[in-house]
Amino acid sequence: MLCEICKERDVVITLTEIDGGGVRQVRLCEQCAAERGVQTSIAAPKPAIGTFLQSVQQHVPASSADAGRCSFCASTLRDFRQTGRLGCPYCYTAFEQSLRDLLGKVHGNARHTGRQYGGAPIASQLLPPVSADRLRERLERAVREEEFELAATLRDQLRELE
Amino acid sequence: MTFDAATLPGGGLGWIDGCGDHAAVVLSTRVRLARNVEGYAFSGRARDGERLRVLAQVRDALSVAPSARGGVLIRVDQLDSPDRLLLHERHVVSKELAGLDADHHPRSGAAVHVGRDYSVMVNEEDHLRIQALRSGLDLDRAFSDARTLDVEIGERVPYAYHHDFGFLTACPTNVGTGLRASVLVHLPALVLTKEIARVLTGLQEVGLTYRGLYGEGSEVIGNLFQISNQTTLGRSEKELLDYLDEVVRHVIDKEHEARRVLLRDAGYILEDKLWRAYGTLRYARSLSFEEGMNFLSGVRLAAGLKLIKGLSVHILNELLVFTQSAHLSASEGRILTEEEASVARAAFVRETLDRAAE
Repeated sequence: MLCEICKERDVVITLTEIDGGGVRQVRLCEQCAAERGVQTSIAAPKPAIGTFLQSVQQHVPASSADAGRCSFCASTLRDFRQTGRLGCPYCYTAFEQSLRDLLGKVHGNARHTGRQYGGAPIASQLLPPVSADRLRERLERAVREEEFELAATLRDQLRELE
Repeated sequence: MTFDAATLPGGGLGWIDGCGDHAAVVLSTRVRLARNVEGYAFSGRARDGERLRVLAQVRDALSVAPSARGGVLIRVDQLDSPDRLLLHERHVVSKELAGLDADHHPRSGAAVHVGRDYSVMVNEEDHLRIQALRSGLDLDRAFSDARTLDVEIGERVPYAYHHDFGFLTACPTNVGTGLRASVLVHLPALVLTKEIARVLTGLQEVGLTYRGLYGEGSEVIGNLFQISNQTTLGRSEKELLDYLDEVVRHVIDKEHEARRVLLRDAGYILEDKLWRAYGTLRYARSLSFEEGMNFLSGVRLAAGLKLIKGLSVHILNELLVFTQSAHLSASEGRILTEEEASVARAAFVRETLDRAAE
């Protein structure tokens, strides 16, 4: 069946119009429906992460006063700018200043007012736990990712511990 | 490895009975809390060994958590893809945890603990995604269920928490409360009267968001929308839930109003459309998923308007769940091609509607 307006393209939608004069049905193609402001399908919303990545790139400067690299997982701000994901909980301390600005923009407020979690360390004490196994893992990761400076520090820490 | 979906407690389908508030418009309410275990990199950055240790810790905590009694733990990373799809269709695992993106496999250590009204995903983007499901509009109870599990697990597993930023998550869009509450609503009259675009824009203007049936990035099908909060930090859980509840109630009122207008101004056209949808479902020999969902939306509306009697929300919910591809394959005991699934879907719908009409 052809569109009642352009009489060229196939009908994709039957539009039911209700006005003072009563009810009538018009059969339209996608284009003519769109011209009348009718959506033939509902677009899925843009994934929130797309919008979020845009704000990350806008609000997290490539160079900042924050640490260049998280000392726990070796992630950088650059990794974060690319993926929108942080590497570990300690990244929040490593990149605190940049994140504070970003969180203020994204959530409208950068301070948690919800459920408090008992016994949690305060920010200055939020340091990676040190165990030989954990250090060894981090050392292996640093070597694998060719972070030799970090690897050297971790190796020293491991020696001290052992 | 495969598992028998029938062994899932309550099939992971506690919400399906349709007994909740506003059942004519609201299918279900879901609340999820994102948590991470202190001392480990987030799942995407963690090594296999770290994720397995997280899983072991969470498994131990769940084994003694009173609210998780009767649940089962499923190692998603050891399942074949049809079974992973089935869990995703049940909404107990996300697409990411199920590794259903193209060229993507589940991470090692990916698992889910499933109960009748809840699921706990392990090693999703965050180490823990605790979610509770309720029938109809019921944010308070869904939150209370999720929170109880959260507290029970958090007593044994140390969460990553920052005094200013709250519960720490891989993506800063979830940090703070880690709470995402979603209400699955059926809005056919707003779609038919073309009011929907205004409603959806309005949601975004007031800081909420909507998604399709299968969560983030999914298409809207069958006039089903998940409305949820977008921000998670700077407001308490109660404030976030109360606000969402208020807006959702407003959307429900709008939908009822649109239904009244349609009935008043276009009664016979609407009735014709809905009965045709019912007729097709009752007699079709092949139905694609999308087609089925669209006709089912019409029939759900007809049942809500009491045009078609004897069709309970429970039956409609069953049709929604069990006509999904992986569910049809599971009930046939083999993987169906798309064409075979369309035939099986039509047969399942016919039999269910025949039974309801008796």
